[in-house]
Amino acid sequence: MTETAPTETGLFAEEMTISVGPQHPSTHGVLRFVVKTDGEVISEAIPDVGYLHRSIEKIGEKVTYHGYVPYTDRADYLAAMFANQAFCMAAEKLAGTEVTRRGEFCRVIACELNRLASHLISVGTFGQDIGAMTPFVHALRERETINNLMEEICGARLTYNYIRIGGVGYDILPETLTKIAEFLDHFGPIVEEFNRLLSGNKIFIERLAGVAVVSKEDALSYNLVGPNLRGSGIKWDIRRDIPYSIYPELDFEVPVGTAQVGSLGDSYDRFWVRIREMQESAKIIYQCLKMLPKGPAISKVPRKFKPPLGECYARVEAPRGDMGFYVVSDGSEYPYRVRIRTGSFAAMSIIDKLSKGIMVADLIALIGSLDVDAPEIDR
Amino acid sequence: MIKDGAFAGVPHQVVYAIGMVLTAVVVLSAFVAPLAGITSWLERRVWARMQSRVGPNRVGPQGILQWLADGIKNIMKEDIIPTAADQKLFPLAPYIVFMGFLCSFVVIPFGANLIVADLNIGILYLLAVTSLVVVGILMAGWASNNKWSLLGGMRSAAQIVSYEIPAGLAILTIIFLAGTMSMQGIIKAQGWGPWDWFLFDNPFTFCAFFLYFTAALAEGNRTPFDIPEAESELVAGYVTEYSGMRFLFFFFAEWGNLYVIGAVATTLFLGGWQVPPLPIFDNHPVLLGMAQFVTFFLKAYMWVFVAMWVRATLPRVRVDQLMALCWKYMVPLSFICMLGTIGFMFMSHQGRRIFGALTLGFAIATIINFFRRVGFQFRAAKPEFYWKPHI
Repeated sequence: MTETAPTETGLFAEEMTISVGPQHPSTHGVLRFVVKTDGEVISEAIPDVGYLHRSIEKIGEKVTYHGYVPYTDRADYLAAMFANQAFCMAAEKLAGTEVTRRGEFCRVIACELNRLASHLISVGTFGQDIGAMTPFVHALRERETINNLMEEICGARLTYNYIRIGGVGYDILPETLTKIAEFLDHFGPIVEEFNRLLSGNKIFIERLAGVAVVSKEDALSYNLVGPNLRGSGIKWDIRRDIPYSIYPELDFEVPVGTAQVGSLGDSYDRFWVRIREMQESAKIIYQCLKMLPKGPAISKVPRKFKPPLGECYARVEAPRGDMGFYVVSDGSEYPYRVRIRTGSFAAMSIIDKLSKGIMVADLIALIGSLDVDAPEIDR
Repeated sequence: MIKDGAFAGVPHQVVYAIGMVLTAVVVLSAFVAPLAGITSWLERRVWARMQSRVGPNRVGPQGILQWLADGIKNIMKEDIIPTAADQKLFPLAPYIVFMGFLCSFVVIPFGANLIVADLNIGILYLLAVTSLVVVGILMAGWASNNKWSLLGGMRSAAQIVSYEIPAGLAILTIIFLAGTMSMQGIIKAQGWGPWDWFLFDNPFTFCAFFLYFTAALAEGNRTPFDIPEAESELVAGYVTEYSGMRFLFFFFAEWGNLYVIGAVATTLFLGGWQVPPLPIFDNHPVLLGMAQFVTFFLKAYMWVFVAMWVRATLPRVRVDQLMALCWKYMVPLSFICMLGTIGFMFMSHQGRRIFGALTLGFAIATIINFFRRVGFQFRAAKPEFYWKPHI
């Protein structure tokens, strides 16, 4: 497929076809891009997905509703809590199950902690893609504390299986709540330190400003969601616009890209939206800790969970954007069909368009700024 | 002519020359190998502590023998030459890189009398042999028959060739001031105090120092200019296909090169091995030699530490930004530094001393301001204080 064409000097210039991935250090899992380049400038980069397909949707048809919750963890291992919540919301809507009020608060606390962890990984690995090694380790250090908290909340550090149909698996203990508050007090200054180290760095800004600009129209037509969409200046957040759980009662901002260093929708804007979302998440958890009511964490749900005939779509605002679970019930113990909609898959489609004419180093920055996550793409 | 023995019929001079070269090689290797090794350990340690990690601390006290363990491990690994690689050039490339680095130790002075050869073209020789590295890297990139390696090799060639120009021009300012290219001559033209160093001779040499240091980092493929082996873009650049001992040779050269950068900066700008003329040194020449060695070593290692610090702090620049920085900013700036220094040489001695003192004052004010800022950030971050140097 290499093009051979004589240049002005009469020399023959050939385009090089390189396979970036599936074992490349910066493809965030097993992703592959077929890149055509003249050495530095890319003429085409075609994403090749499917290396991490685990048939999570098909598994849903073979296990019970309760039994499927642990599988949803694996849809996006960096944000397992959100997949739990989306599936449980769908199942609850189908069966009309009530969620206890304390259960809702526990869900939001756990989800926002998970969002912090996920965004920390995202901005950390993004810094590493650009070549800054130290911010990555600092981000992972903070994530480690969150993992410890998660372990106290639900016993697992990565695949939580915490949110169950009707509430949450375990109530959050009072001493864990104190620890969460302590962590948040510590986390605010850490974000500022992170900004001094990475976000305000001249080289970092130069590398990202004006690179891989997604216009508002492109963001909408390519169906970008989450921070990628907000980075282009569109204020759309499921938590605010299609409210679920207790989010309407909470006071939080939806950060959008402001083109502060380059043009609107560039890689830096997407990065900066994530940094500010972390601060907003911390704010949300503070409020939840203050408002946390007493009561049971989970409502009475029958062990044989049989929702009536019907279909339902539930969506949550995951760290990688709008995550939706479409569940069809045929009245039996098993879902008739489960379909998962994830943000990373949508983000992959725009890479082909954005990668024309940028450099190899910028492609890495682009993949990092879209925060694509291989297991979430393939499911 | 030697009458009998294994060398019968060979002229004396040839045997002596070979003997001298072999001795020099053994002595240098015995010095350079631990130097590069310990630099690698130090870098990993320093880097780890900056990243709130612990770093290697298992082999030997504080992990100081980690480099030996790594070396032994790498020697014992299978020597893999890919079948698609160039069977002659592929094994040769690491040695050329290593040669370019080892040869530079010939002219690096460690004390007034501690130098392999005080060539009268010392610094020129150094620039020449360090250029050998680019041949080796290009060879490695080409011979690996791997697209990532080739990209890395091409990037490296472009980068090193470009950055030699500002580095050479910055060095030229010092050659003008010292009036010699001999490394010992340059050191002897300076004094032991900072006011006698070429760094604070005038504002232009002060700039030239930073130009040299930046260009040297780029020539040594160090962050923020490590694009030839940018692991997030080019997998491992020109070393992608290498493993075992050959892989080690590349990194041997890279870490040893750090010391060369520091040593050259010390020689040219920071007064080299010059020590204060204390009365105790008059009767104890060995003590004097040791003091000179330690002074030189500490000054050089200070810049090695700065290079590690920079690596732990900064992201990587893009390849076009790298070239723009060199050709649009550093080359013109180094020309200005060179011409400015020539202008200063016409000035009277007293006038030059005044400008030198101003430069020194400016440097001290900058350092004080730096620590004030660090202190401010430190208080803003409210870190927990702990003192655990021995983890």
